[in-house]
Amino acid sequence: MPPMIMNGLFTQLLGAIVAVSLAPLFLGWVNQCRAWLSNRSAPPLLQPYLVIRKLLHKDAVLAENASPLFRVVPYILFGAMVTAAAIIPSLGTALPFAVCADAIALVGLFATARVFIALAAMDIGTAFGSMGARREMMVGFLAEPALLMVVFTASLICGSTALPTIADTLAGRTLAIYPSLAFAGVAFLMVLLAENARIPIDNPATHLELTMIHEAMVLEYSARHLALIEWASALKLFNYACIGFALFLPWGLAHEDNPLALLWALPLLGLKLIAAGAGLALIETVSAKLRIFRAPEFLAMAFMLAVLGLLVRLLLGS
Amino acid sequence: MPDATASVPLSAQLIHLAAAVMLLLSFAMLAQRRLVSLVNLFAAQGATLVGSTLVVAYSTGQHELYLSAAVTSIKVVLLPYVLHRLIRRLSLQWDTETLVNIPTTMLIGLGVVIFAFGLAQPLSELASTVTRSTLGIAMAVVLLSFLMMITRRKAISQVIGFLAMENGLFFAATSATYGMPMVVELGILLDVLVGAFIFGIFFFHIREQFESLELSHLESLKED
Amino acid sequence: MELLILLGLPLGGAALLALCGDRRWAPEATVLASLGTFLAGCALTARVIADGPQLVWNEQFFIDPFNVFLVALTAFVGFTTSLFSRTYMRVEAHHGKLSPQRLRLYHSMFQLFMFTMLLALLTNNMGILWVAMEAATLSTVLLVSLYRTPASLEAAWKYFILCGVGIALALFGTILLYFAAEKVLGSEGMSALLWTHLNGVKDRLEVTVLSIAFVFLLVGYGTKVGLAPLHNWLPDAHAEGPTPVSAVLSGLLLNVALYAVVRCKVLVEGSVRSELPGRMLMGFGLGSVLVAAFFLWRQKDIKRLFAYSSIEHMGIVTFAFGMGGPVADFAALLHMTVHSLTKSAIFFVVGHAAQKTGTQLIEGIRGLLVLSPTVGWGLMLGTLAILGMPPFGVFASEFLILTTAMRDHPWATPLLLLALGVAFGAVFSRVQPMVFGETTATRLPHPPALLPVFAHLSLVLMLGLWIPPFLAQWYRLAAAMIG
Repeated sequence: MPPMIMNGLFTQLLGAIVAVSLAPLFLGWVNQCRAWLSNRSAPPLLQPYLVIRKLLHKDAVLAENASPLFRVVPYILFGAMVTAAAIIPSLGTALPFAVCADAIALVGLFATARVFIALAAMDIGTAFGSMGARREMMVGFLAEPALLMVVFTASLICGSTALPTIADTLAGRTLAIYPSLAFAGVAFLMVLLAENARIPIDNPATHLELTMIHEAMVLEYSARHLALIEWASALKLFNYACIGFALFLPWGLAHEDNPLALLWALPLLGLKLIAAGAGLALIETVSAKLRIFRAPEFLAMAFMLAVLGLLVRLLLGS
Repeated sequence: MPDATASVPLSAQLIHLAAAVMLLLSFAMLAQRRLVSLVNLFAAQGATLVGSTLVVAYSTGQHELYLSAAVTSIKVVLLPYVLHRLIRRLSLQWDTETLVNIPTTMLIGLGVVIFAFGLAQPLSELASTVTRSTLGIAMAVVLLSFLMMITRRKAISQVIGFLAMENGLFFAATSATYGMPMVVELGILLDVLVGAFIFGIFFFHIREQFESLELSHLESLKED
Repeated sequence: MELLILLGLPLGGAALLALCGDRRWAPEATVLASLGTFLAGCALTARVIADGPQLVWNEQFFIDPFNVFLVALTAFVGFTTSLFSRTYMRVEAHHGKLSPQRLRLYHSMFQLFMFTMLLALLTNNMGILWVAMEAATLSTVLLVSLYRTPASLEAAWKYFILCGVGIALALFGTILLYFAAEKVLGSEGMSALLWTHLNGVKDRLEVTVLSIAFVFLLVGYGTKVGLAPLHNWLPDAHAEGPTPVSAVLSGLLLNVALYAVVRCKVLVEGSVRSELPGRMLMGFGLGSVLVAAFFLWRQKDIKRLFAYSSIEHMGIVTFAFGMGGPVADFAALLHMTVHSLTKSAIFFVVGHAAQKTGTQLIEGIRGLLVLSPTVGWGLMLGTLAILGMPPFGVFASEFLILTTAMRDHPWATPLLLLALGVAFGAVFSRVQPMVFGETTATRLPHPPALLPVFAHLSLVLMLGLWIPPFLAQWYRLAAAMIG
C-alpha cells in the first residue's frame, strides 16, 4: 500500500478516535466553564465519562409498546455521528473518506440522525416525546438550510464542497478581509447553539417539561441506550466545533504530505477546543433562554445571515 | 474558482467590510424592538458610513471627501444625540414596538436584498471605481430602510428609517461616484438636518394632540 | 440682475418675515415681496423675449423657453395668492384659528416656498433641483399642519413621510445620473450634474444606468406630482392645510415636480432611444386620471374634491408628455398653465366659501349665489373652466391632447374620455347645488378678495381664445426640446 494512502487512513482513524474519546471531555469542559461563570462549584471535568460508565452498567428498561426501531435508534445515532467525525477534517486534511462525502452529505447525515431520533421519540407515543420531536423538527427545518448556506458561502470562496479542500484553501490563502465569512461565522454560531440544544434555544441542564426539546425526546431511554445517545450528542457538539474550526480557523491542520504535522495538529486542536468551549460557555451564560416561539425568529436570523454572506460573496466577491 | 479577493487592495477590502456591516446593521434595525437600541444602531450605521468615506477619501486622494466625511459625522453625532434627548424628554426609554412576525419581515428583507443586488449587477460592471460593487449594497440599505418604514407603527422608528435611508443614499454617492459635487452634498445635508428638526417638532405636536406617538392614531383620513 | 432679485427677494422676505411676521404689516410685506418677485419675473421674461435663452452665473442657472413661462406663472400665482391670503388669513385669525406666531410661520414659510419653487425651476444643476424640491416639501409641511388639528397633523405627517421617501428615491436616481454622467463628463468641477451639459452628451450616457435612474426619478418626483398610486398624501394635504397653501400646492408645486420629471425624461429619452420613458409616463398618467376620476365620486369635502381633480389633470399632462411630439407637448404645456391658473382660482373661491359657511363639507355649503354672488359665480365659472368647457383654455388643451391621443394611441382615447366624463359628472353634480341651492345661512361681514380669482379666470379665458404669439413660440420651442 502506498504511503500516501496509509498516511490518509491513519489520519482518518486518529481523527475518529480522537473525536469519540475527546467528545465527552469537551462537553465536560463546557459544563465546567459554565459552572465557573455562574459561580457554582464545577462538576469534575470527567463527569460525562462517569455518567456514560454508570449508564452502561445499568439494565435497560424498555417501554412495553416499544418497536424495534426504538432500540436501534441509539446505534444509528452514534454511528451517524462517528461517520460525520470521520468526514470532518479535525486533525489533518488527508481524509480518504471525505472523497465520497462532501459537506452537503454531512448536513444530510445530521438530518438523518435528527429524523431517527424524532421517530424514536414518537415511537412510544407519550405526549412529551411527540412534543419534543415536533419542536426538534421545527428547529431543524430552519437550522439545516442555514447550515447549508454557511457551507455554500465557504464553498463559493474555495470552489469546492469538500470540507478538507475548503479548509486547505482557506488556510492557504493570503490574509484578506472576508465580510461574507464573518456573516457565515455568526450564522454558524447561531446554528451550533440551536442544533446542540444549547441556550438560548434549549437548556441542556434543565428538565423543565415545558421548555425542553432534546431532553423531551430522550425521556424514555435508559441505560446503554441513553449512554449512547448522550455520547452521540457530545460527539455532535464536538463535530460542530470541528466544522467551525475547518471553516473559520483552518490553520494548523496536517497536510497529506506531512504526517509529522499530526503531532502539531493534536495539541493545537486541544487549544482550539479549550478556547471554543470557554467561548461557548460564555455565550450561554450571558444570554437568556428564548421562549420556544421565539426560536424560529432566532433561526430565521441565522438563515438570513448565512444567505447575506452568500449574497455578499456573490456581489462583492469578498 | 480563483481567489479574487487576494488581489484587491486593502482599502477596497475595508470598504467592502463597511458595506457588509452597513447591510448587517440595516437588518438589525429591521428586527430591533427597543427604541433606544434602534437609535444606537442608527448611530453605528452612520459611523460605518463615515469610516468608509474616510477610507475612500484616503485611498483616492480626493480631499473634498474628507469634508464630506466631516459633514456626515455631524449627522452621526448630532442626530442620535438629539433623538436620545427626544426619547428622554418624551420618556420613551422603555418603549418597545410590537412587531408582527420578525421572521417574515426578515425573509422579505432578504428578497429585497436579492432584488437590489440583481438590479445593481449590470450597474456594477460599468463602474470604473474600485468600490463599484458596493452600489448594490447601498441600494439594498435604501430599500431595507424603506421596508422598515413600512413595518413600523411608531413615529420615531419611522423617522429613523427615513434617516437610515439617507445613510444608504450617501453611501451610494461615495461608493459609486466618490461623492457628488460639494454644493449638492451640502444642500442635501442641510435638507436632512432641517427635515430631522421638523420631525422633532412634529413629535411634540403629535404627542400634544394624541398623547402618544403611535401612528395608529393617524389613520382617520381615509377614503371611505 | 433680474435673477438675483427673483431669487433674493423671496429668500430675504422669508428671513425678514421669520423675524417679524407677526406684525400688523406682515401681510402687506408678503404682498410687496411677491409683487417684487413677480415684477422681476416679468423683467426676466422680457429679457428672454428679447435675447433668447441664457445661461447665468457660471452656468449654474439657465433660462430657456421651457422654464421661463413656468417662472412667470409661478411668480404670478404666488403674487395673487399673497393678495388672496391677505384677507383670508386675517379672517382666519379673527376666527381665532391662528395665533400671531402661526401667522409669522405662515408668512415666512410662504416666501421660502416661493424661493424653492423658483430655484427648482431656474437651476441648471440636477443636484440643486433635488435640494430645492426637498426644501419645498420641508417648507410646506409645517404649513399643512398650521391649524394643529389632529387631521391636519395626520395630513402633514403623511405628506412628509410619503414625499420624503419619494424624494429620497429621486436622490438615488440623481446619484445614478451623476454616476453615468461622470464617466462621460469627468468628475472635475460640477459639469457632470449640469443639465445643459448632460443634454449635450445625452446620447453617450450609459443606457442601463439611465433606465434604472429614470425609474427612481419618475417614482421620486412622481410622488410629488401626485401620480397614482403615490397620490395618497395629496388630497389630505390639500384639504387640511390653509386654503392659500392648497392653492400654491396645487397650482405650483405639482407643476414644478412635473417639470423635474420632464427634464429627466428629456435626458433619458436621448440616451435610451426607446419608447420606454414615454410609455412609463403615459401609464402613470392614464392611471392617475382613471383613479382620480373614480375617487371624485366619493368625496364629501370640497377641497378634497378639487385635490382629486388636480391629480386628474396632472395625470392628463403626464400622459400628454408621455405621448410626446410637438402637438402633445404643446398641449401639455398649455394645460399646465391653464390648470395652474384655474385650480388656484378655484381654491381661492372655495376658501371664501368655506369661510362664509364655516365648513368644508359639500353638504354644508349651499346657495352661494344668495350668500355672495361673486363667490358663487366665481366657483361656477372656475368649475366650468376646470371641467374643460369651451371657451376656456382647459378646453383647448384637452381637445389637443385628445385628438393627438386619437391619432397616435387610439386605445387610450376611450379611457380618457370615460375619465373626463366621470369627472365632469362627479364635480358638476356636487358644485351645482353648492352654488344654486337654498340656504338659511346669513351673510358674513368679511368682503371676499376675489380680484385674483377673476384675474386668473380671465387669463384662462384669454388663453382659450387667443394665445399671445411669444407664448405660443415658447411652447413650440419647449415642445421641440422635449421631443
